[in-house]
Amino acid sequence: MRSGMIPAIRLTTKAEWKKPDMALASMDPMHQFQVNVVASIHAGPIDISITNVVVAMWFAVGIAIALLFLATSKRALIPGRGQSVAEITYEFIADMIRSTAGSEGLRFFPFVFTLFIFVLASNMLGMVPGFFTVTSQVVVTATLALTVFATVIGYGFYKNGFKFLKLFVPPGVPKIILPFIVLIELMSFFSRPLSHSLRLFANMLGGHTVLKVFAGFVITIGGMSGLASVGAIGPFVFSVAILALEFLVAFLQAYVFAILTCIYLNDALHPGH
Amino acid sequence: MDVEAAKMIGAGLACLGMGGAAIGVGIVFGNFLTGALRNPSAASKQFGNLIFGFAMAEAFGIFSLVLAFMILFS
Repeated sequence: MRSGMIPAIRLTTKAEWKKPDMALASMDPMHQFQVNVVASIHAGPIDISITNVVVAMWFAVGIAIALLFLATSKRALIPGRGQSVAEITYEFIADMIRSTAGSEGLRFFPFVFTLFIFVLASNMLGMVPGFFTVTSQVVVTATLALTVFATVIGYGFYKNGFKFLKLFVPPGVPKIILPFIVLIELMSFFSRPLSHSLRLFANMLGGHTVLKVFAGFVITIGGMSGLASVGAIGPFVFSVAILALEFLVAFLQAYVFAILTCIYLNDALHPGH
Repeated sequence: MDVEAAKMIGAGLACLGMGGAAIGVGIVFGNFLTGALRNPSAASKQFGNLIFGFAMAEAFGIFSLVLAFMILFS
């Protein structure tokens, strides 16, 4: 019995997880995206259960914080290896903001840096076999993208007032087609959070599905009788190649997410061009 | 033809959109390479633009993939 606002915490047993039998699980490429409740917590009518997504996010955040703390704890004048990596990352993001949003954009440095590190850490954690890929859940990426979208709108109006609406009226357009241009600009503006979130989500989803599909081929062909099982080498080599590509994609998508954030923030900082 | 089979065919057709994205990404990177080989000193400054163009071209392929997933799993 749960009552009022006292959270009723209960750890679910492994048997309760929606888990198909292992023979099927190894062949189902979508099984890796299954969200399981680890500890069910209910505060009144609100379900704030801890799922494996949440646990994976804790891991990503924990690893990112631990690594950056370790790297910057010494603060040596001549940086060691760890500090060099931290400084390179800092400069990388700072350069990205300066080149896309100008030096005024640097006030958003903590925001962009946090987004980049979080997405990178969760993408890379997802590459570890058996770990959950947080960014393959559209709810996570949509939350991040909507935060960026709300920041752009909020800061745009805060800084520029109603001049922010100039963003939708490009200069030097003939009056006759101006309404259509404004409509197109509005549509492209409001489809931003959609494409921003779906890009990251679908890249991780697609990449990990392809990985599992080819791993499934290895099992199927390798289980064949006699000489036919040697053919499993083909998909095995291919899946290793795809794994390497996925590491590239994991970094590239974090970078794309961060640079698109900068480009959108640039609109809030300098509307009207 | 039952609905399940039609769903599979529809998902396959939706994935055709990814071919367009592939062409687009190829054009983006190909043109970047052409420009970068003509003027290598300016290339590194355009890396951000390259990634932005790549992301824009890729977005629509991603949409069609998501559409295929939606057809299959909902």
